[in-house]
Amino acid sequence: MQRKTSRTPAGAAAADWPGAIYRALKSHRVAQVSYVPDAGHKRLIELCHADRGMTAVPLTTEEEGIGLAAGAWLGGQRAALLMQSSGVGNCINALTLSANCGFPLLMVVTLRGEWGEFNPWQIRTRQATPDALRLGGVRTLRLERAEDALDTVTAAAKLAFEGYGAVAVLIAQRLIGTKSFGEEP
Amino acid sequence: MSGAKLDRRKVVTALLERRGELLVVAGLGSSAWDCTAAGDHPLTFPLWGAMGSACMIGLGLALAQPRRRVLVVTGDGEMLMGLGSLATIAAQRPGNLVIVVLDNERYGETGMQKTHTAYGTDLAAIATACGFARAEIVRSSPQVAGMRAGIHRAKGPLFYQVKVASDPDPLVLPPRDGAYLKHRFRDALLGRSPATDSVTDSVTD
Repeated sequence: MQRKTSRTPAGAAAADWPGAIYRALKSHRVAQVSYVPDAGHKRLIELCHADRGMTAVPLTTEEEGIGLAAGAWLGGQRAALLMQSSGVGNCINALTLSANCGFPLLMVVTLRGEWGEFNPWQIRTRQATPDALRLGGVRTLRLERAEDALDTVTAAAKLAFEGYGAVAVLIAQRLIGTKSFGEEP
Repeated sequence: MSGAKLDRRKVVTALLERRGELLVVAGLGSSAWDCTAAGDHPLTFPLWGAMGSACMIGLGLALAQPRRRVLVVTGDGEMLMGLGSLATIAAQRPGNLVIVVLDNERYGETGMQKTHTAYGTDLAAIATACGFARAEIVRSSPQVAGMRAGIHRAKGPLFYQVKVASDPDPLVLPPRDGAYLKHRFRDALLGRSPATDSVTDSVTD
């Protein structure tokens, strides 16, 4: 499955919303950030790797991040999990950790397949994403504009770490930019 | 061959007696029953589901508590469902994390069907190939003593695949309430009431 997205020129000129997400994670003392990469998360992943106060954990599959977040909380740390929408379905069984134990969970999900998508496989998984999260007991907050990134992720972090909930921020594909193989480096 | 295999209850008891400050995650099924038979403990987090997650919970805990030793005790079936986590753990190189797989080559809770290790999958070789500091297959009592020493002292991440008999043991069940298991673990480790999570977290980093 193709998992890369490149930003359009218009998107590149927009505000630094990945930096805003990073600042929201920092202000909520997130210490472990795990991810299966998406091009939409490229800058945020780089910021987390560069931060000596964070441990960035590349995963082989998204459900690993649910377990990691549970273990972090048991040990007194906060974690966040970055992925694209095609990875949400992988998490279903692991989400029972949040549902049964009340582990806080903060997911930041880039939505592929809803805005100018040319890959039909992404469109199908995007369609199932909100329902899959709902069935797994995860509340969702949608992020559509760069200027809302800080507030939206801050609100999600409060729901997760202070409300002991499972929360996913869904980042609109229009904000990330649509994929074009022609723009690949 | 099976007559020479180790008794899983004796192995786990040997690993967990005088456990000191060890933090334990127990994979679902027989591994959790074994840990409970060795003595239910607030610093053991037994799983009843989320199959394949035990090692990743251990990793999150080991990263959060770098000064404590963290032991994951799980079965071959549970480990096989989360093989990718061995690569994820090796990439982090947590020196305080140890994985012990009690390998009876069977899915013990579902009718004793053969797992892939019965067909030859070498979990220790997989851990070695992923980059674990040490990975061994344990077949004898003297090796169990060495494994215990490794769990408490050696630089990780370590991986032990313990070949155990598939004879059934009496059920010894841990509490099933996940929220209770979480709270008692955090209380015992962090020394604060679960009601003060935000205070707890503010002092951890």
